[in-house]
Amino acid sequence: MAQEQIRQDTRVSIRTPRARVSGLGVAHHGVSHWWLQRITAVTNLVLMLAFVVIIANMAGRNYAEAAHIVANPFVSIILILALLSVTLHMRIGMQVIIEDYVHAQATKIVAVFANNVYAVLVAVACLYAVLRISFGQLA
Amino acid sequence: MAPTARPTVAQPLSPHLQIYRWTWTMAMSVFHRITGTALYGGTALVAIWLLALASGPVAYSYVAGFFGSVIGRLILFVYTWILMHHMLGGLRHFAWDFGIGFDREKRLAMSRLTLIGSVALTLIIWAVALLVR
Repeated sequence: MAQEQIRQDTRVSIRTPRARVSGLGVAHHGVSHWWLQRITAVTNLVLMLAFVVIIANMAGRNYAEAAHIVANPFVSIILILALLSVTLHMRIGMQVIIEDYVHAQATKIVAVFANNVYAVLVAVACLYAVLRISFGQLA
Repeated sequence: MAPTARPTVAQPLSPHLQIYRWTWTMAMSVFHRITGTALYGGTALVAIWLLALASGPVAYSYVAGFFGSVIGRLILFVYTWILMHHMLGGLRHFAWDFGIGFDREKRLAMSRLTLIGSVALTLIIWAVALLVR
């Protein structure tokens, strides 16, 4: 099929196929994962230190006090940013580990898929919980 | 392309982890992955804790009770140390990303600092948390 089209299709873009794939590598993503891992590492650094302070403040408190702390807009926003940053970071990190140690193609696809499911599940669960606590305090 | 037959003779394999003498940099590199994996699983605990808080006082009392117990506190203590270790390991990687700390003395010092610093930070965090309380 590829042989039939000898001349490159320039209807959509005047960029050559060579230019289109330049710098993307075998993963077709280029260095996007590498960059996102560094960027989320920086945001994790700040957000997780704040997270530790929040958790330490909540230890030993009763339900009403704990919910009140999480419902604080600043705390809610920090928690949401932290969970987004962390789940993005851990998703890439685990994918790198899978790609390093799992070589059978089928197992690798299943493992990477499971990794994505876990990361999204944790992110959505935490996001839902924080928003519910936060908005629940308004009522 | 002709199919390539697998050679029947035993070919030499490149040596793996169990062959090498353990060094500080190697140990801390392996540990960075292990702590990363532990934190990966640990996010489930954060999700459980937040969902319990969102579910109401009864659910929260169970989860808070568990984290307040001896086992729960031990998990949180180790979790703090793992988090600090991964954080300092990440800072080490940042130094390397900027081309700093590749010579023998520096990389050895940074590897040792990762371990010593993570233990120190963990103790400081818990001391402050317990003293302020």
